[in-house]
Amino acid sequence: MTATLEPRTAGTRPGTEPGPAGTAAAPRPVTMAGALNTALADALAADPRVVVFGEDVGTLGGVFRVTDGLAARFGAERVFDTPLAESAIIGTAIGMAMNGLVPVVEMQFDAFAYPAFEQITSHLAKMRNRTRGRVALPVVVRVPYGGGIGGVEHHCDSSEAYYAHTPGLRVVTPATPADAYRLLRQSIECPDPVVFLEPKRRYWAKETAPLTADGPAIDRAVVRRSGTDVTVVTYGGTVGTALEAAEAAAGEGWDVEVVDLRSLAPFDDATVAESVRRTGRALVVHEAQGFAGYGAEVAARLTERCFHHLEAPILRVTGLDVPYPPPKLEQHHLPTVDRILDAIDRLQWDDEPERFEGTGEGRA
Amino acid sequence: MAMPATAVSDRIAELLPPGGFPLGLIDADGQPTDAGGVLNPPPPEALLELHRRMVVGRRFDTQATALARQGRLAVYPSSRGQEACQIGVALALREQDWLFPTYRDSVAVLTRGVGGVEVLSMMRGEWHCGYDPYEHRVAPQCTPLATNALHAVGLAHAARLKGEDTVALVLLGDGATSEGDTHEALNFAGVWNAPVVFLVQNNGYAISVPLSKQTAAPALACKGVGYGVPSLLVDGNDAAAVFAAVRCAVERATAGGGPTFIEALTYRVDAHTSADDPTRYRDDAEVQAWLTRDPLARLEKHLRATGLLDDERARAVQEEAEQVAAEAREGLSAEVEVDPAALFEHVYAEPTENLLEQRARLLDELAEEEQS
Ligand SMILES: Cc1ncc(C[n+]2csc(CCOP(=O)(O)OP(=O)(O)O)c2C)c(N)n1
Ligand SMILES: [Mg+2]
Repeated sequence: MTATLEPRTAGTRPGTEPGPAGTAAAPRPVTMAGALNTALADALAADPRVVVFGEDVGTLGGVFRVTDGLAARFGAERVFDTPLAESAIIGTAIGMAMNGLVPVVEMQFDAFAYPAFEQITSHLAKMRNRTRGRVALPVVVRVPYGGGIGGVEHHCDSSEAYYAHTPGLRVVTPATPADAYRLLRQSIECPDPVVFLEPKRRYWAKETAPLTADGPAIDRAVVRRSGTDVTVVTYGGTVGTALEAAEAAAGEGWDVEVVDLRSLAPFDDATVAESVRRTGRALVVHEAQGFAGYGAEVAARLTERCFHHLEAPILRVTGLDVPYPPPKLEQHHLPTVDRILDAIDRLQWDDEPERFEGTGEGRA
Repeated sequence: MAMPATAVSDRIAELLPPGGFPLGLIDADGQPTDAGGVLNPPPPEALLELHRRMVVGRRFDTQATALARQGRLAVYPSSRGQEACQIGVALALREQDWLFPTYRDSVAVLTRGVGGVEVLSMMRGEWHCGYDPYEHRVAPQCTPLATNALHAVGLAHAARLKGEDTVALVLLGDGATSEGDTHEALNFAGVWNAPVVFLVQNNGYAISVPLSKQTAAPALACKGVGYGVPSLLVDGNDAAAVFAAVRCAVERATAGGGPTFIEALTYRVDAHTSADDPTRYRDDAEVQAWLTRDPLARLEKHLRATGLLDDERARAVQEEAEQVAAEAREGLSAEVEVDPAALFEHVYAEPTENLLEQRARLLDELAEEEQS
C-alpha cells in the first residue's frame, strides 16, 4: 500500500513535535460547526500526523457535518469511517498515538461515548503517568454534548463531570465559533489527551471573527463580559444564556461579569478567583444536573479561595437531577435567563446595609 | 528462518473454521509430529534458543513467585507451564514488531529484552510500568482485560498508514476473549486488514472460572472466524508450534494478509496469582495430568533425542538461569525507593497549577513530619 503519512524522524517520540498552528482566513460569518470543520481541515493540512475518524465522519461528514468534505479533501487514509464500536475508536486511537499519529476522533453523541469509558479513564488518561512520560497520547476526543436541540433519550447528556474527575485528561468546551476553532487547534497541538466537548445547541450559532489559534491558551478562562457586582461562572452552551441574563440584569441595576471557563480541567483558578474577589458574589451556571456536578467543584474551590471576599454564598443554577427530559419538557431542565436572574436576586443584596451598620465597616 | 508467505497464507485461509485438533510439531514425549504441513518446523538453532530462554524464563518465574511469598512483591501472576507461549511469542516477533502483554506475561516481556527488575516494577508496588515501551517495543503490561487488543490494532493500523513494516501481537487470556474489547478489536482488525496477531493463551481458567463456564464456543479459535480473521488452534505447550504459528502470522501480516487469531492450548499450573487458593476450584489430579505435558521437559527430550542438546550446554543454560534469578533477587532485595513528588510529575506533560499546589502541600507535610 502507499504511505501517505510521512514517517516520523528516527528517535523522535510521538507528541513531542507539534505542527505549526496556522492562522486562517479573514473574518466572515461562521457557525460553530463550520469553525470546527475549518479547524480540522487546517490541522490536517498543517500536520501529516493528524488523522480523523469515527462513526459516519467520512463519506457523510458526521451527523452534525463537522467533518464535512474532509474525507474527499484529505483521502480515506486520513479521514475515515470506523465500524460501530466506541471503545475500539478510543482504544485504536491510543495505539495509533503510540505509533506517532495524532488521532482526532468523534463520539457521535455524548451518551454513546460511555462504551469507551474504560479506554478513556484507564488508558488514555493514565498512559503517560504509567510510563513516566515515555508514552504521550496526544488524542483529541470530540464529543457533541448537552441538550437544547429537542433531542431524544441518550442524545442530550452533559457528561463533563465524568471526564473532569479523571486525572490525566484535559476537558475543554468552547462557547463561540471563533473559540471553537482556537480551542480545537490548541487541543490537537496539546501533548495531553483532550476531551473536547461541543455544545450541540451552539453548533449553528454564528460569529464574525478571525479564526486563529492565537489568543487565550488552552487552559485559560476568559471574561466574556466585564461587570462589578457579580461573577457568573459558566461554560459551553450556557455562556450565551449567561450573557443574555447579564444584559437583562443590567436593566435591573446589576452589573454582571460573565466568565467562560473554556477549560474545565485543569481549572483556571487565577482568572476566576480574581473576578470573584473583585465582585464579591458568584453564581455557577451549567445545564448538567447539579448534584455532584461540575458546579459543585467550582463553588467549593471559590469558597476555599475567596471566602473573605464573598458577600453571599455561591449559588448554582443547573439542570435538574433527573435523566435528561424529552423535547417537550427540556425547557424546564435547562438554565434560563429567568432562573439566572432569580439566583442573582438571592445573592444577599438586602443584607448589606444591616451588616455595614453592625460592623461599621465599608465595602471594598 | 523466513517462510514463503503466500503459500502459508493460502493454507491458513483453508483453516476456516479451525481444525478440530491443536496443531503441534513436537508431542508430549518429545517426538516430532506432523502439523498437517501447516506449520514450518523451526530450524535447530531456533529450537535451542527456545530451550535456553524457556529455562531462563521458568527460573525467573519461580524466583518471582518466591519473592512474592517473601513479601518482596505485592503480588505475582505466574506463567509456569505457559513457557512455550511466553517464549515462542517473544522469539517469533522481529526486532521492529510490538508486543502488547498482560499482567500474566512477565516472562515474555523479559524475553523481549526488558530487565528483570524493571519487569517486576508494577508487582513490586511501583506507580509506573518500570520500562520505556519504545526501547523494546513492549507496551506496559495491561491489567484491564482485553483493552490492550485495541491498542495493538491501532498501533498496527498506524504502521500500515505510515508504510512501516511493523506487526503488533497482543496476548490475551481465555477469559479475556469474553470481553467486548476482544470482539471490537477482531472486528476492527478484520475491516482494516491490520498487521496484528491475536494470541490467546487458553490456560483453562480465568481466576476460578473454567473455560466451560466462559464460552459455548467449541474452540476459542472459532471467535476469529466470525470477523473474517483467519484462525489457528495450536498446542500451546509446544514451543516449536507456537513459534512457527506466530512466525507464519507475522509473515502473513507483513505480506499484507492482515490479522491472524491464534488459540494456544496450555494450562496454568500455579495459582492465578500468589494471592489465590486454587484448591477451592480445581483438583490436584488435573494439575498433575498437565504436568506430564510440560512444555520445557518435552522440548528438552526432543533436543536430547536429536543430539542438539548435551549436558554441557544444559548446564550452561541452567547457570545462566540462576544468574538471572540472582539478579532479580538482588535487585528486589532493597526496598522500593519512593518519591512522593514523582506522583505529580507525569500526570500531564507539564504539572498543572493545581498539581503544583498539591505537591507543595505534600512536601510541606513531609518536611514537618521530619522535623517532629
Ligand atoms: C476488565 C477486567 N475485569 C476484571 C478483571 C479482574 N481479573 C483479573 S485477571 C482475571 C481473569 C482473567 O482470565 P484470563 O483472561 O483467562 O487470563 P489468565 O489470568 O488466565 O492469564 C480477572 C477476572 C480485570 N483485570 N479486568
Ligand atoms: Mg486463563
